[in-house]
Amino acid sequence: MSATPYGKIVHDGLWANNPAFVQILGLCPLLAVSNSVINALGLGLATLLTLTLSNTIVSLIRNLVTPEIRLPVFVLVIASVVTAIELAMNAYLHELHTILGIFIPLIVTNCIIIARAEAFASKNTVARAATDGFMMGLGSALALVLLGALRESLGHGTLLANAHLVFGEAAKDWTITLVEHYHGFLLAILPPGAFIGLGLLIAVKNVVDSHIERRSAQAVPLPHEAGATA
Amino acid sequence: MALTRHMLRTGVALALFAVAGTAIVAYTFDQTRARIAESERASLLQKLHALLPTGQHDNDLLSDTLDVTAPELGPKTVKVHRARKGGIPVAAVFTPVIAPDGYSGPIKLLIAIRYDGTLAGVRVIGHRETPGLGDPIEEARSGWILKFTGRSLSDPQPGQWKVKKDGGAFDQFTGATITPRAVVKAVYNSLNYFAAHRDELFAPVTAPATAAAPAQ
Repeated sequence: MSATPYGKIVHDGLWANNPAFVQILGLCPLLAVSNSVINALGLGLATLLTLTLSNTIVSLIRNLVTPEIRLPVFVLVIASVVTAIELAMNAYLHELHTILGIFIPLIVTNCIIIARAEAFASKNTVARAATDGFMMGLGSALALVLLGALRESLGHGTLLANAHLVFGEAAKDWTITLVEHYHGFLLAILPPGAFIGLGLLIAVKNVVDSHIERRSAQAVPLPHEAGATA
Repeated sequence: MALTRHMLRTGVALALFAVAGTAIVAYTFDQTRARIAESERASLLQKLHALLPTGQHDNDLLSDTLDVTAPELGPKTVKVHRARKGGIPVAAVFTPVIAPDGYSGPIKLLIAIRYDGTLAGVRVIGHRETPGLGDPIEEARSGWILKFTGRSLSDPQPGQWKVKKDGGAFDQFTGATITPRAVVKAVYNSLNYFAAHRDELFAPVTAPATAAAPAQ
Protein backbone atom coordinates (compact mmCIF):
# COMPACT_ATOMS: atom_id res chain seq x y z
CA MET A 1 0.00 0.00 0.00
CA SER A 2 1.56 3.28 -1.05
CA ALA A 3 0.94 5.81 1.68
CA THR A 4 -0.20 9.22 0.56
CA PRO A 5 1.77 11.98 2.32
CA TYR A 6 -0.34 14.17 4.61
CA GLY A 7 0.67 17.33 2.77
CA LYS A 8 -0.82 15.96 -0.41
CA ILE A 9 -4.04 14.94 1.39
CA VAL A 10 -4.45 18.50 2.68
CA HIS A 11 -3.60 20.11 -0.66
CA ASP A 12 -5.95 17.74 -2.54
CA GLY A 13 -8.90 18.35 -0.23
CA LEU A 14 -8.61 22.12 -0.10
CA TRP A 15 -7.36 22.95 -3.57
CA ALA A 16 -6.10 20.51 -6.19
CA ASN A 17 -9.00 18.07 -5.87
CA ASN A 18 -11.56 20.32 -4.13
CA PRO A 19 -14.93 18.48 -4.08
CA ALA A 20 -16.96 21.45 -5.27
CA PHE A 21 -14.58 23.24 -7.62
CA VAL A 22 -12.69 20.32 -9.19
CA GLN A 23 -14.64 17.11 -8.65
CA ILE A 24 -17.94 19.03 -9.03
CA LEU A 25 -19.59 16.61 -6.59
CA GLY A 26 -22.45 17.21 -4.19
CA LEU A 27 -23.85 20.14 -6.13
CA CYS A 28 -27.52 19.69 -5.18
CA PRO A 29 -27.16 20.86 -1.57
CA LEU A 30 -24.35 23.22 -2.55
CA LEU A 31 -26.58 25.11 -4.94
CA ALA A 32 -29.72 24.89 -2.80
CA VAL A 33 -28.52 26.19 0.55
CA SER A 34 -25.71 28.55 -0.45
CA ASN A 35 -28.02 31.59 -0.39
CA SER A 36 -26.48 32.90 2.83
CA VAL A 37 -23.20 32.46 4.71
CA ILE A 38 -24.84 30.94 7.77
CA ASN A 39 -26.96 28.42 5.87
CA ALA A 40 -23.89 27.43 3.87
CA LEU A 41 -21.79 27.14 7.02
CA GLY A 42 -24.43 24.96 8.71
CA LEU A 43 -24.52 22.49 5.85
CA GLY A 44 -20.76 22.73 5.36
CA LEU A 45 -20.07 21.77 8.97
CA ALA A 46 -22.56 18.90 8.83
CA THR A 47 -20.87 17.61 5.66
CA LEU A 48 -17.43 18.01 7.23
CA LEU A 49 -18.45 16.00 10.27
CA THR A 50 -20.10 13.31 8.14
CA LEU A 51 -17.05 12.93 5.89
CA THR A 52 -14.61 12.69 8.80
CA LEU A 53 -16.72 10.15 10.69
CA SER A 54 -17.64 8.02 7.69
CA ASN A 55 -14.02 7.93 6.44
CA THR A 56 -12.80 6.94 9.90
CA ILE A 57 -15.36 4.16 10.31
CA VAL A 58 -14.89 2.85 6.77
CA SER A 59 -11.12 2.71 7.32
CA LEU A 60 -11.58 0.92 10.66
CA ILE A 61 -13.72 -1.81 9.13
CA ARG A 62 -11.92 -2.01 5.78
CA ASN A 63 -10.38 -5.44 6.54
CA LEU A 64 -13.64 -6.94 7.82
CA VAL A 65 -15.64 -6.21 4.71
CA THR A 66 -15.50 -8.54 1.71
CA PRO A 67 -15.67 -6.92 -1.73
CA GLU A 68 -19.22 -8.19 -2.43
CA ILE A 69 -20.82 -6.33 0.46
CA ARG A 70 -18.45 -3.35 0.39
CA LEU A 71 -20.90 -0.86 -1.09
CA PRO A 72 -23.98 -1.78 0.98
CA VAL A 73 -21.88 -1.61 4.15
CA PHE A 74 -20.46 1.81 3.21
CA VAL A 75 -23.96 3.09 2.45
CA LEU A 76 -25.13 1.72 5.79
CA VAL A 77 -22.28 3.44 7.63
CA ILE A 78 -22.92 6.77 5.90
CA ALA A 79 -26.68 6.62 6.44
CA SER A 80 -26.25 5.84 10.15
CA VAL A 81 -23.74 8.66 10.62
CA VAL A 82 -25.90 11.21 8.81
CA THR A 83 -29.04 10.20 10.71
CA ALA A 84 -27.19 10.54 14.02
CA ILE A 85 -25.88 13.99 13.00
CA GLU A 86 -29.35 15.03 11.86
CA LEU A 87 -30.85 14.08 15.22
CA ALA A 88 -28.09 15.91 17.07
CA MET A 89 -28.63 19.06 14.97
CA ASN A 90 -32.36 18.89 15.57
CA ALA A 91 -31.67 18.76 19.30
CA TYR A 92 -28.93 21.38 19.63
CA LEU A 93 -29.30 23.66 16.57
CA HIS A 94 -33.05 23.40 16.25
CA GLU A 95 -33.73 26.57 14.22
CA LEU A 96 -30.90 25.94 11.78
CA HIS A 97 -32.17 22.39 11.37
CA THR A 98 -35.60 23.78 10.48
CA ILE A 99 -34.10 26.08 7.84
CA LEU A 100 -31.82 23.47 6.22
CA GLY A 101 -34.67 20.94 6.39
CA ILE A 102 -34.39 18.13 3.87
CA PHE A 103 -30.79 18.96 2.92
CA ILE A 104 -29.36 17.48 6.12
CA PRO A 105 -30.72 13.94 5.55
CA LEU A 106 -29.84 14.38 1.87
CA ILE A 107 -26.13 14.44 2.80
CA VAL A 108 -26.49 10.64 2.60
CA THR A 109 -26.84 10.95 -1.16
CA ASN A 110 -23.95 13.39 -1.55
CA CYS A 111 -21.60 11.48 -3.88
CA ILE A 112 -18.48 12.98 -2.34
CA ILE A 113 -18.99 10.92 0.80
CA ILE A 114 -19.28 7.50 -0.83
CA ALA A 115 -16.55 8.57 -3.27
CA ARG A 116 -14.04 9.23 -0.47
CA ALA A 117 -15.09 6.04 1.37
CA GLU A 118 -14.55 3.95 -1.74
CA ALA A 119 -11.56 5.70 -3.31
CA PHE A 120 -9.56 6.61 -0.22
CA ALA A 121 -10.76 5.41 3.18
CA SER A 122 -11.13 1.75 2.17
CA LYS A 123 -7.45 1.65 1.11
CA ASN A 124 -5.74 3.76 3.78
CA THR A 125 -4.93 3.79 7.47
CA VAL A 126 -7.40 5.31 9.93
CA ALA A 127 -5.34 8.46 10.55
CA ARG A 128 -4.92 9.13 6.81
CA ALA A 129 -8.58 8.39 6.09
CA ALA A 130 -9.74 10.74 8.87
CA THR A 131 -7.41 13.49 7.59
CA ASP A 132 -8.69 13.00 4.07
CA GLY A 133 -12.32 13.15 5.24
CA PHE A 134 -11.66 16.27 7.27
CA MET A 135 -9.80 18.03 4.46
CA MET A 136 -12.32 17.10 1.77
CA GLY A 137 -15.07 18.25 4.13
CA LEU A 138 -13.23 21.49 4.81
CA GLY A 139 -12.79 21.98 1.07
CA SER A 140 -16.54 21.50 0.59
CA ALA A 141 -17.41 23.77 3.49
CA LEU A 142 -15.08 26.53 2.29
CA ALA A 143 -16.58 26.34 -1.19
CA LEU A 144 -20.07 26.52 0.30
CA VAL A 145 -19.25 29.48 2.52
CA LEU A 146 -17.52 31.32 -0.33
CA LEU A 147 -20.54 30.84 -2.59
CA GLY A 148 -22.84 31.77 0.30
CA ALA A 149 -20.88 34.97 0.92
CA LEU A 150 -20.99 35.87 -2.75
CA ARG A 151 -24.74 35.31 -3.01
CA GLU A 152 -25.66 36.91 0.31
CA SER A 153 -23.60 40.05 -0.30
CA LEU A 154 -24.95 40.50 -3.83
CA GLY A 155 -28.50 39.42 -3.03
CA HIS A 156 -29.16 41.03 0.34
CA GLY A 157 -26.22 43.38 0.85
CA THR A 158 -25.38 41.67 4.15
CA LEU A 159 -23.00 39.03 5.49
CA LEU A 160 -23.50 36.66 8.42
CA ALA A 161 -27.21 37.42 8.83
CA ASN A 162 -28.83 35.05 11.39
CA ALA A 163 -25.41 34.12 12.82
CA HIS A 164 -27.12 33.19 16.11
CA LEU A 165 -28.48 30.05 14.43
CA VAL A 166 -24.97 28.57 14.50
CA PHE A 167 -23.11 30.56 17.15
CA GLY A 168 -25.83 31.12 19.77
CA GLU A 169 -27.53 34.25 21.07
CA ALA A 170 -24.24 36.16 21.47
CA ALA A 171 -23.90 36.29 17.69
CA LYS A 172 -27.22 38.08 17.09
CA ASP A 173 -25.55 41.36 16.13
CA TRP A 174 -22.77 39.91 13.99
CA THR A 175 -24.63 40.79 10.81
CA ILE A 176 -22.51 43.02 8.61
CA THR A 177 -24.53 45.38 6.47
CA LEU A 178 -22.44 46.11 3.41
CA VAL A 179 -24.86 48.49 1.75
CA GLU A 180 -27.51 50.43 3.69
CA HIS A 181 -31.06 50.30 2.27
CA TYR A 182 -29.97 47.81 -0.35
CA HIS A 183 -32.87 46.75 -2.51
CA GLY A 184 -31.48 43.32 -3.17
CA PHE A 185 -30.36 41.63 -6.34
CA LEU A 186 -32.90 38.88 -6.80
CA LEU A 187 -30.91 36.83 -9.31
CA ALA A 188 -28.16 36.13 -6.78
CA ILE A 189 -30.64 34.59 -4.32
CA LEU A 190 -32.53 32.51 -6.87
CA PRO A 191 -31.13 29.20 -8.22
CA PRO A 192 -29.57 30.79 -11.36
CA GLY A 193 -27.41 32.88 -9.01
CA ALA A 194 -26.06 29.67 -7.51
CA PHE A 195 -25.06 28.27 -10.90
CA ILE A 196 -23.55 31.55 -12.12
CA GLY A 197 -21.75 32.08 -8.81
CA LEU A 198 -20.30 28.57 -8.81
CA GLY A 199 -19.23 29.00 -12.43
CA LEU A 200 -17.44 32.25 -11.60
CA LEU A 201 -15.68 30.71 -8.59
CA ILE A 202 -14.50 27.73 -10.68
CA ALA A 203 -13.29 30.16 -13.35
CA VAL A 204 -11.34 32.16 -10.76
CA LYS A 205 -9.74 28.97 -9.45
CA ASN A 206 -8.72 27.93 -12.96
CA VAL A 207 -7.20 31.36 -13.63
CA VAL A 208 -5.19 31.11 -10.41
CA ASP A 209 -4.11 27.58 -11.30
CA SER A 210 -2.90 28.52 -14.77
CA HIS A 211 -1.15 31.55 -13.32
CA ILE A 212 0.72 29.33 -10.83
CA GLU A 213 1.56 26.89 -13.59
CA ARG A 214 3.02 29.63 -15.79
CA ARG A 215 5.04 30.94 -12.84
CA SER A 216 6.59 27.58 -12.05
CA ALA A 217 7.21 26.92 -15.74
CA GLN A 218 9.17 30.18 -15.96
CA ALA A 219 11.12 29.43 -12.80
CA VAL A 220 12.23 25.99 -13.93
CA PRO A 221 12.05 25.79 -17.72
CA LEU A 222 11.41 22.24 -18.91
CA PRO A 223 14.02 20.94 -21.36
CA HIS A 224 11.86 21.07 -24.46
CA GLU A 225 10.56 24.55 -23.60
CA ALA A 226 14.11 25.76 -23.04
CA GLY A 227 14.99 24.40 -26.46
CA ALA A 228 12.01 26.12 -28.06
CA THR A 229 12.74 29.54 -26.64
CA ALA A 230 16.44 29.39 -27.33
CA MET B 1 -19.48 -26.03 -0.35
CA ALA B 2 -16.82 -23.35 -0.04
CA LEU B 3 -19.08 -20.98 -1.97
CA THR B 4 -21.99 -21.60 0.38
CA ARG B 5 -19.78 -20.93 3.38
CA HIS B 6 -18.50 -17.74 1.81
CA MET B 7 -22.05 -16.56 1.06
CA LEU B 8 -23.12 -17.35 4.58
CA ARG B 9 -20.14 -15.53 6.07
CA THR B 10 -20.78 -12.44 3.93
CA GLY B 11 -24.47 -12.50 4.69
CA VAL B 12 -23.86 -12.68 8.40
CA ALA B 13 -21.30 -9.86 8.19
CA LEU B 14 -23.81 -7.65 6.35
CA ALA B 15 -26.48 -8.44 8.93
CA LEU B 16 -24.09 -7.55 11.76
CA PHE B 17 -23.27 -4.21 10.14
CA ALA B 18 -27.01 -3.53 9.77
CA VAL B 19 -27.50 -4.26 13.46
CA ALA B 20 -24.57 -2.01 14.42
CA GLY B 21 -25.85 0.83 12.22
CA THR B 22 -29.35 0.54 13.65
CA ALA B 23 -27.90 0.49 17.16
CA ILE B 24 -26.02 3.78 16.54
CA VAL B 25 -29.15 5.46 15.23
CA ALA B 26 -31.34 4.06 18.02
CA TYR B 27 -28.88 5.21 20.67
CA THR B 28 -28.66 8.74 19.22
CA PHE B 29 -32.42 8.90 18.90
CA ASP B 30 -32.83 7.90 22.51
CA GLN B 31 -30.22 10.41 23.68
CA THR B 32 -31.67 13.35 21.72
CA ARG B 33 -35.40 12.62 21.97
CA ALA B 34 -36.06 14.64 25.11
CA ARG B 35 -33.92 17.53 23.91
CA ILE B 36 -35.66 17.63 20.50
CA ALA B 37 -39.10 17.66 22.12
CA GLU B 38 -37.89 20.45 24.42
CA SER B 39 -36.51 22.47 21.47
CA GLU B 40 -39.79 22.07 19.60
CA ARG B 41 -41.79 23.21 22.63
CA ALA B 42 -39.49 26.17 23.22
CA SER B 43 -39.60 27.19 19.58
CA LEU B 44 -43.43 27.05 19.50
CA LEU B 45 -43.73 28.86 22.81
CA GLN B 46 -41.42 31.61 21.56
CA LYS B 47 -43.68 32.12 18.55
CA LEU B 48 -46.81 32.18 20.72
CA HIS B 49 -45.30 34.60 23.22
CA ALA B 50 -44.24 36.97 20.44
CA LEU B 51 -47.95 37.53 19.81
CA LEU B 52 -49.27 37.10 23.34
CA PRO B 53 -46.73 38.29 25.93
CA THR B 54 -46.72 36.32 29.17
CA GLY B 55 -48.30 39.17 31.15
CA GLN B 56 -51.51 38.95 29.14
CA HIS B 57 -52.37 35.40 30.18
CA ASP B 58 -51.60 33.09 33.06
CA ASN B 59 -52.29 29.60 31.70
CA ASP B 60 -50.00 27.17 29.89
CA LEU B 61 -50.56 27.82 26.18
CA LEU B 62 -49.05 24.49 25.21
CA SER B 63 -51.43 22.35 27.22
CA ASP B 64 -54.67 24.35 26.94
CA THR B 65 -55.33 23.33 23.35
CA LEU B 66 -58.13 22.16 21.12
CA ASP B 67 -57.98 20.47 17.70
CA VAL B 68 -60.39 21.79 15.10
CA THR B 69 -60.96 21.03 11.43
CA ALA B 70 -62.75 23.57 9.27
CA PRO B 71 -62.59 24.48 5.58
CA GLU B 72 -62.02 28.15 6.56
CA LEU B 73 -58.78 27.21 8.29
CA GLY B 74 -57.39 24.97 5.56
CA PRO B 75 -57.42 21.29 4.75
CA LYS B 76 -55.63 20.04 7.87
CA THR B 77 -56.46 19.80 11.54
CA VAL B 78 -55.56 23.07 13.26
CA LYS B 79 -54.38 23.32 16.84
CA VAL B 80 -55.98 26.11 18.85
CA HIS B 81 -53.93 27.36 21.79
CA ARG B 82 -56.21 29.15 24.22
CA ALA B 83 -54.93 32.00 26.35
CA ARG B 84 -56.82 32.78 29.56
CA LYS B 85 -56.24 35.03 32.50
CA GLY B 86 -57.84 34.02 35.79
CA GLY B 87 -59.96 31.57 33.76
CA ILE B 88 -61.34 34.35 31.54
CA PRO B 89 -60.71 33.85 27.81
CA VAL B 90 -58.09 36.26 26.39
CA ALA B 91 -57.23 35.01 22.94
CA ALA B 92 -56.99 31.98 20.66
CA VAL B 93 -53.95 31.16 18.56
CA PHE B 94 -54.54 29.02 15.46
CA THR B 95 -51.60 27.05 14.10
CA PRO B 96 -51.14 26.23 11.36
CA VAL B 97 -53.83 27.97 9.31
CA ILE B 98 -53.18 27.03 5.68
CA ALA B 99 -53.64 29.59 2.92
CA PRO B 100 -54.03 27.03 0.12
CA ASP B 101 -53.68 29.43 -2.81
CA GLY B 102 -50.16 30.81 -2.50
CA TYR B 103 -48.09 31.32 -5.66
CA SER B 104 -46.00 28.19 -5.10
CA GLY B 105 -48.11 26.06 -2.82
CA PRO B 106 -49.71 26.48 0.57
CA ILE B 107 -48.62 29.17 3.03
CA LYS B 108 -48.66 28.21 6.71
CA LEU B 109 -49.79 30.91 9.13
CA LEU B 110 -49.99 31.40 12.85
CA ILE B 111 -53.01 33.60 13.64
CA ALA B 112 -53.79 34.98 17.10
CA ILE B 113 -57.26 36.43 17.65
CA ARG B 114 -58.29 38.19 20.86
CA TYR B 115 -61.60 37.38 22.52
CA ASP B 116 -63.10 40.65 21.26
CA GLY B 117 -62.39 39.60 17.66
CA THR B 118 -59.34 41.81 16.98
CA LEU B 119 -56.15 40.28 15.68
CA ALA B 120 -53.32 39.98 18.20
CA GLY B 121 -51.07 39.22 15.27
CA VAL B 122 -50.34 37.07 12.26
CA ARG B 123 -47.04 35.34 11.40
CA VAL B 124 -45.92 33.22 8.49
CA ILE B 125 -44.45 29.95 9.73
CA GLY B 126 -43.83 28.22 6.43
CA HIS B 127 -44.02 29.02 2.71
CA ARG B 128 -42.35 28.40 -0.63
CA GLU B 129 -43.05 31.76 -2.26
CA THR B 130 -40.46 33.27 -4.60
CA PRO B 131 -37.56 34.80 -2.66
CA GLY B 132 -37.44 38.54 -3.18
CA LEU B 133 -40.96 38.74 -4.64
CA GLY B 134 -43.35 36.86 -2.34
CA ASP B 135 -41.23 36.60 0.79
CA PRO B 136 -41.95 40.09 2.23
CA ILE B 137 -44.80 38.26 4.00
CA GLU B 138 -42.07 37.06 6.41
CA GLU B 139 -41.66 39.24 9.46
CA ALA B 140 -37.88 39.24 8.92
CA ARG B 141 -38.20 40.67 5.39
CA SER B 142 -40.75 43.48 5.81
CA GLY B 143 -43.33 44.89 8.18
CA TRP B 144 -46.23 43.92 5.98
CA ILE B 145 -47.48 41.07 8.19
CA LEU B 146 -47.52 43.41 11.23
CA LYS B 147 -50.26 45.53 9.66
CA PHE B 148 -52.82 42.88 10.55
CA THR B 149 -52.33 43.47 14.26
CA GLY B 150 -55.38 45.19 15.76
CA ARG B 151 -57.56 44.62 12.70
CA SER B 152 -60.93 42.91 12.95
CA LEU B 153 -63.92 41.99 10.81
CA SER B 154 -65.15 45.59 11.01
CA ASP B 155 -61.70 47.15 10.44
CA PRO B 156 -61.54 47.36 7.50
CA GLN B 157 -65.14 46.75 6.40
CA PRO B 158 -65.78 43.18 5.13
CA GLY B 159 -65.71 44.33 1.49
CA GLN B 160 -62.25 45.82 2.06
CA TRP B 161 -60.57 42.58 3.18
CA LYS B 162 -58.65 42.39 -0.09
CA VAL B 163 -55.39 43.67 -1.52
CA LYS B 164 -55.52 47.17 -3.02
CA LYS B 165 -55.35 45.81 -6.56
CA ASP B 166 -58.68 44.05 -5.91
CA GLY B 167 -60.19 47.21 -4.41
CA GLY B 168 -59.36 46.41 -0.79
CA ALA B 169 -57.33 47.92 2.04
CA PHE B 170 -54.13 45.85 2.07
CA ASP B 171 -50.94 46.56 0.13
CA GLN B 172 -49.65 44.06 -2.40
CA PHE B 173 -45.98 43.77 -3.30
CA THR B 174 -44.30 44.89 -6.47
CA GLY B 175 -44.35 41.86 -8.72
CA ALA B 176 -46.38 39.73 -6.31
CA THR B 177 -50.12 40.01 -5.82
CA ILE B 178 -51.04 36.36 -5.44
CA THR B 179 -49.04 35.83 -2.25
CA PRO B 180 -50.52 38.71 -0.18
CA ARG B 181 -53.97 37.99 -1.63
CA ALA B 182 -53.77 34.42 -0.32
CA VAL B 183 -52.67 35.59 3.14
CA VAL B 184 -55.37 38.29 3.41
CA LYS B 185 -58.02 35.76 2.40
CA ALA B 186 -56.83 33.18 4.96
CA VAL B 187 -56.78 35.77 7.78
CA TYR B 188 -60.26 36.99 6.84
CA ASN B 189 -61.60 33.42 6.76
CA SER B 190 -60.07 32.71 10.16
CA LEU B 191 -61.70 35.82 11.65
CA ASN B 192 -65.05 34.69 10.29
CA TYR B 193 -64.53 31.22 11.72
CA PHE B 194 -63.59 32.70 15.09
CA ALA B 195 -66.68 34.95 15.13
CA ALA B 196 -68.96 32.00 14.38
CA HIS B 197 -67.39 29.54 16.84
CA ARG B 198 -65.99 31.71 19.61
CA ASP B 199 -67.89 30.13 22.49
CA GLU B 200 -67.11 26.56 21.42
CA LEU B 201 -63.45 27.46 21.07
CA PHE B 202 -63.21 28.73 24.61
CA ALA B 203 -65.38 26.01 26.15
CA PRO B 204 -63.75 25.30 29.49
CA VAL B 205 -61.60 22.20 29.59
CA THR B 206 -63.37 19.39 31.44
CA ALA B 207 -60.29 18.40 33.45
CA PRO B 208 -57.72 20.91 34.77
CA ALA B 209 -55.31 21.81 31.98
CA THR B 210 -52.28 20.46 33.79
CA ALA B 211 -53.91 17.07 34.33
CA ALA B 212 -54.80 16.85 30.63
CA ALA B 213 -51.24 17.54 29.51
CA PRO B 214 -49.72 14.04 29.74
CA ALA B 215 -52.48 12.59 27.59
CA GLN B 216 -51.46 14.76 24.65
